[in-house]
Amino acid sequence: MKTNLKAVLTGTHTLSGNEAFIEGAFAAGCRFLAAYPIMPAIETIERYLKRSAEVGATFIQMEDEISALAAVIGASWTGKKSMTVTSGPGFSNMMEHLGLGVMLETPCVIVDVQQSGPSLGIPTRAGQGDMMQARWGSHGDYEVITLSPSSPQEMFDFTIKAFNFSEKYRTPVIIMSDEYVAHKKEKVIIPRADEIKITPRRYFKGQKDKYLPFKRDKDFVPRMVDIGDGYKFHVTGLTHDDKGYPIMLEECQEYNVHPILWKIRNDTEKIIEFQEIGTKDAEIVIVYYGATSGAASKAIKQARDLGIKVGSLKLDTVWPFPDKKITELAEKVKAFVVPEINYGQIVSEVERCSYGNANVVFVSHGENGIDNTEDIVSAIKLALNEEKIKKGIIEYQSQTGRV
Amino acid sequence: MEPLRKTEKDIHPMDDLLRMDRIPHIWCPGCGIGTAVTAFAAGLAKAEIDLTKTCIVSGIGCTGRVAGYVKLDSFHTTHGRAIAFATGIQVANPDLKVIVFSGDGDLISIGGNHFIHAARRNINMLVICVNNFIYAMTGGQVAPTTPLATYATTSPFGCVEPPFNIPYLADSSGAVYVARWTALHVRRLTNSIAEALKKPGFSVIEVISPCAMYYSRINRLGDGLDMMKFYHDNTEIRHGEDTKNLDIGFQTKIIVGKFVDRERPTYMDSYNKWLSGTKKD
Ligand SMILES: Cc1ncc(C[n+]2csc(CCOP(=O)(O)OP(=O)(O)O)c2C)c(N)n1
Ligand code: SF4
Ligand SMILES: [Mg+2]
Repeated sequence: MKTNLKAVLTGTHTLSGNEAFIEGAFAAGCRFLAAYPIMPAIETIERYLKRSAEVGATFIQMEDEISALAAVIGASWTGKKSMTVTSGPGFSNMMEHLGLGVMLETPCVIVDVQQSGPSLGIPTRAGQGDMMQARWGSHGDYEVITLSPSSPQEMFDFTIKAFNFSEKYRTPVIIMSDEYVAHKKEKVIIPRADEIKITPRRYFKGQKDKYLPFKRDKDFVPRMVDIGDGYKFHVTGLTHDDKGYPIMLEECQEYNVHPILWKIRNDTEKIIEFQEIGTKDAEIVIVYYGATSGAASKAIKQARDLGIKVGSLKLDTVWPFPDKKITELAEKVKAFVVPEINYGQIVSEVERCSYGNANVVFVSHGENGIDNTEDIVSAIKLALNEEKIKKGIIEYQSQTGRV
Repeated sequence: MEPLRKTEKDIHPMDDLLRMDRIPHIWCPGCGIGTAVTAFAAGLAKAEIDLTKTCIVSGIGCTGRVAGYVKLDSFHTTHGRAIAFATGIQVANPDLKVIVFSGDGDLISIGGNHFIHAARRNINMLVICVNNFIYAMTGGQVAPTTPLATYATTSPFGCVEPPFNIPYLADSSGAVYVARWTALHVRRLTNSIAEALKKPGFSVIEVISPCAMYYSRINRLGDGLDMMKFYHDNTEIRHGEDTKNLDIGFQTKIIVGKFVDRERPTYMDSYNKWLSGTKKD
């Protein structure tokens, strides 16, 4: 691929998370966006259009989010790296084609700028209520790589990672942003184009009549071709064989779907990234991701100042979940404290992976705002004073201003 | 036993255009979809377009299976979303000619919103809609095209909803080419497909087609052949007819022909105009 220098805005810029996402996408080689307007994701489309002419990227505003993701999957098969962006209500609409993207094994990136829910919720308020939906929202069995940035810089970096994963594993990748990260403005450093690692699409290069769109390579990932290259291939969302022809048999379900999961499960160690600090001698470990990162870091500092041995695990990849890491830590620490801007989602994963070896205290930021350091510190103290291991999740009852 | 050698006679003239490794197909005897596919293949050959740069997208249904039998880059997608999927393909690579081949339920009910918006935008694609007045694949339920008073499994007392007139819907939404034929009019349908394939913009060809398995059986209309006889006796060609006048009732006369053929800038024409304007600054 020829590098378009205008696509990579090398230098230091002050950008919002939404803007940094678009710059990350252009730097990653994305050249197609289909979307339907929604708060708090709108600025992404505006930024894209401001830059699309010089970058040589195409946009279409679709009639809804169902069609937006359908168009993205179609576009991806022309060889263009493609993406869509939305928020909760639109993310719900996209579940249908998240499944199609998985089944057609089509690289693409979906960004969910989370707001409050359910339904219309508060469109201008940050939330983390779609974390489980990303993992389980589409019907049938699937695995989906999901990244969770906590700042504009991470938004830029993770977007490039998302496109790279989508090409490497031939699968949709989701970025779970939120209103806070989307609108927060910060310094973002954009490297030189030649310093950015790009995973190119992996193409089949054989004879025209020998292409099998779902024939797996050693890494479980089949190779792609572009529409118009003369392969005359067929793909279907029905359970299919290597040729992409529908086969309505149990054996084929196993043959087709199991490897779609395994191509990701097999590589979880390579996919999962987290930032682990001070867990060596920790009694308590805070597990957090995305927008709660600010409050969590402050709380950790305050607790350390009080002499409490607190470590932290910030999840950059949320799905696949770092099961092994949590299980390992559970055997060493007294408790986990998990703050989320929802009423308990990722915390149940932490509890699942703890196997009853550590207490799990949940701090809901459902009502008390993103910067609620105080509750996290109190929850750390509560966790510390808890002598016995309790079954299930211990829900921290907020002392601050709950209505 | 030694397999019989293939002779010149055994090679079907459409071998190049169909996926012969998938034959036999799933359609019932007396079904009109196969005829529509034959006309399509003939239309493709007749149009002499670059087949490498041509692709086909289907939704779900008996008609939705068409993409799986045509030897082009082909996509069998989700129910109702073929047009949206095809829009992405066309806009991402405007050099491609995209055909959407699907059923009346798929395109006009669950996909109705995509249909009118693609027409409004004038996305460069040919939509071939097989209208059998029913949801066939799921066993004969009411479709948005089922004529008033017609029986279906979900209208045991006769359909109480008025149907869409597909050419009128396409016309008023902005399609640049609109035609209707029946599965009996193979030659005219072929010509229409060949013509529409060369036309830039959103083209719609409706193919009225017998569903011998459900529509005819539930309504006691005989088999596929009886339906063809009905078309023979009850269709009238009226090119240029105002699309308002193309309603279809239960076993009423069906007006066929080419109704709309006009010019309008496509989505990509307008998009590129905007783009070149931006680049000059
Ligand atoms: C989202 C969704 N809802 C419902 C269905 C079930 N379904 C499959 S085909 C079909 C109707 C197809 O009717 P039509 O497009 O007229 O095609 P035909 O079978 O008549 O050719 C329905 C409702 C589905 N596949 N997906
Ligand atoms: S059910 Fe009807 S439409 Fe479907 S293949 Fe049979 S005859 Fe054709
Ligand atoms: Mg039908």
